[in-house]
Amino acid sequence: MQMHQTAGNDVLLDVRDLETHFYGEESVTRALSGISFQVKKGETLGVVGESGCGKSVTALSILRLLPKLTARTVGGEARLHGRDLLKLSHREMRKIRGNQIAMIFQEPMTSLNPVYTVGHQIAEAVQIHTKVSRTVAMAKAEEMLRLVRIADPERRVCNYPHEMSGGMRQRAMIAMALACSPELLIADEPTTALDVTIQAQILRLIVDLKARTGTAVMFITHDLGVVAETCQRVIVMYAGRIVEQANVIDLFARPAHPYTQGLMRSVPDPRRGRQRRLPEIPGIVPNLREPNVGCSFAPRCPFAIDICREKTPILRDVGPSHAAACWRAEEVMGA
Amino acid sequence: MAAYILRRFVSTIAVMAMVGIFIFLLLRLARGDPAAMIAGRNAAPQLIASIREHLGLNDPMPVQFMRWVRDMLGGDFGTSIFAGRPVLDLISQRLEPTLSLSILTMILSVSVGVSFGILAAWRSGGLLDRLLAAFSAVGYSVPVFVIGYFLIYFFAIRTHWLPVQGYIPLNQGLGPWFVHLILPTVALGLGYIAFIARVTRASMLEVLSEDYMRTAAAKGASSYAMLFHHALKNAGVPILTVIGISFAYLIGGVVLTETVFNIPGIGRLVVDAINNRDYPIIQSVLILTSGLYVLINLTVDLAYTLIDPRIRY
Repeated sequence: MQMHQTAGNDVLLDVRDLETHFYGEESVTRALSGISFQVKKGETLGVVGESGCGKSVTALSILRLLPKLTARTVGGEARLHGRDLLKLSHREMRKIRGNQIAMIFQEPMTSLNPVYTVGHQIAEAVQIHTKVSRTVAMAKAEEMLRLVRIADPERRVCNYPHEMSGGMRQRAMIAMALACSPELLIADEPTTALDVTIQAQILRLIVDLKARTGTAVMFITHDLGVVAETCQRVIVMYAGRIVEQANVIDLFARPAHPYTQGLMRSVPDPRRGRQRRLPEIPGIVPNLREPNVGCSFAPRCPFAIDICREKTPILRDVGPSHAAACWRAEEVMGA
Repeated sequence: MAAYILRRFVSTIAVMAMVGIFIFLLLRLARGDPAAMIAGRNAAPQLIASIREHLGLNDPMPVQFMRWVRDMLGGDFGTSIFAGRPVLDLISQRLEPTLSLSILTMILSVSVGVSFGILAAWRSGGLLDRLLAAFSAVGYSVPVFVIGYFLIYFFAIRTHWLPVQGYIPLNQGLGPWFVHLILPTVALGLGYIAFIARVTRASMLEVLSEDYMRTAAAKGASSYAMLFHHALKNAGVPILTVIGISFAYLIGGVVLTETVFNIPGIGRLVVDAINNRDYPIIQSVLILTSGLYVLINLTVDLAYTLIDPRIRY
């Protein structure tokens, strides 16, 4: 039985066969070709893959925040507590955003509105979803800034974004996202644009707040180190498909997809000291504008055999709560 | 901020001095002798000479210039050569129609232009956006006097919905005043509506693709809040700039419009004064409009700080 069919009561978000296309002048890019996964209540799910594999598009498709003119989710469903978000009216969808599902973005420098104070922007999120006065909302904003450990919150609520550092802005973004106590927080590379020391602080903050509030987190990243530190379950994406999903421990112990293996090998390991040369995955990401036959990773895959180039592998169980989309997963795990 | 305003005022004085010298020389170096105009055709040379003496036109130019500046600072803008009355009186008599037309035109252009621009950006590529593009082309390229006569023909002569021309002062009733100003305001405003709408659209389009707009959507903001709360204020600086420019150019457009619609305003006063070489009127109107222009610029620059907290002087 496949993992995504075990829909129980602890399932918060159930995504099935999500398909999103981008429309260019003359071509269609299949950014997502059938993504299925679940987020359980209170868990942290890591979504990893290299740039352009569809991690962010997955998140934006679920929240229906894709650019209207150029992108469309053409198939699948995304059920939150059983309600398909893709079928909701705009008005109903607005009640979900920021309230039940909140999102933080990669670029803290540009993700806050420069002409309003940080307090105003957090209070706005509160006021959109709850009927409270401006004063109450501003008090909540200050409380949220304290929660994300911004020093001097009573002064900082009156600051404009340009008066804050990058790390502080990302804290403010987190404060805004958590202001309405969402059930799911989607964090789209929240630390990528920050200094390494600040990255660690923000990660710790997210992990701490998650533990305190019990919100589920969908952590989008290309950094396997971050995944190891923060996530319970991981899905690995490649070229608009999920190629592997597993417990974080299983994934690191026995990766079942050659792409996951490649990713792990290309992480620098400080314990091994200076390495001769970091292993890389040969080749480039496939062009999603052209229809592909077979496994899209096959051209780069050291395990590829004839069937890989002829038939697209589907996600199948390779162990308890461990699935991979690879014809040769067993051999890969043994290798 | 206070230091900045002070600096701007000091530089304003320098600018106005330059403008003053320029205006003064421009008229003195132009052909034609006002004394001869006053004296009329076939006047005796002695009469012309005495008029010149009386007006001080025989004094050296720097003396004339200093006298002019000194009088103006004392609130004396001179006496009209033709009407024989103080220029300031003549101007203030003509002020109401011109101000009425200018203010109504600005209200119309800013409200319609900004709304059009926002809607076009929101539905960019849609029907409204294309209509706006077509409308802008017309608004830009057809001059006020052509639009004016078209409007008069269709809305006054053919349909009798609106008066053909003329002006009714405000103290004779708000209704008649307004009805007489509708056509002139629309004729004068079309170009500015087009201009402001295009700039608003471009500025909004840029802002709508910013990351913080996605953040606003992600927290559940409505389309209305996204457009008017989050985007408009960010798009505000360029919009404010073109509004300032429009207001300055309005001074020129008013002259044409007043002529087409036979409105007894400043514009008509100036045109008549130019025909008569009535120096004091021309000089005064030019210097006052230049002063107004500089003032509008300063106001716009200061208004930037109200919409964008990153701008500080």
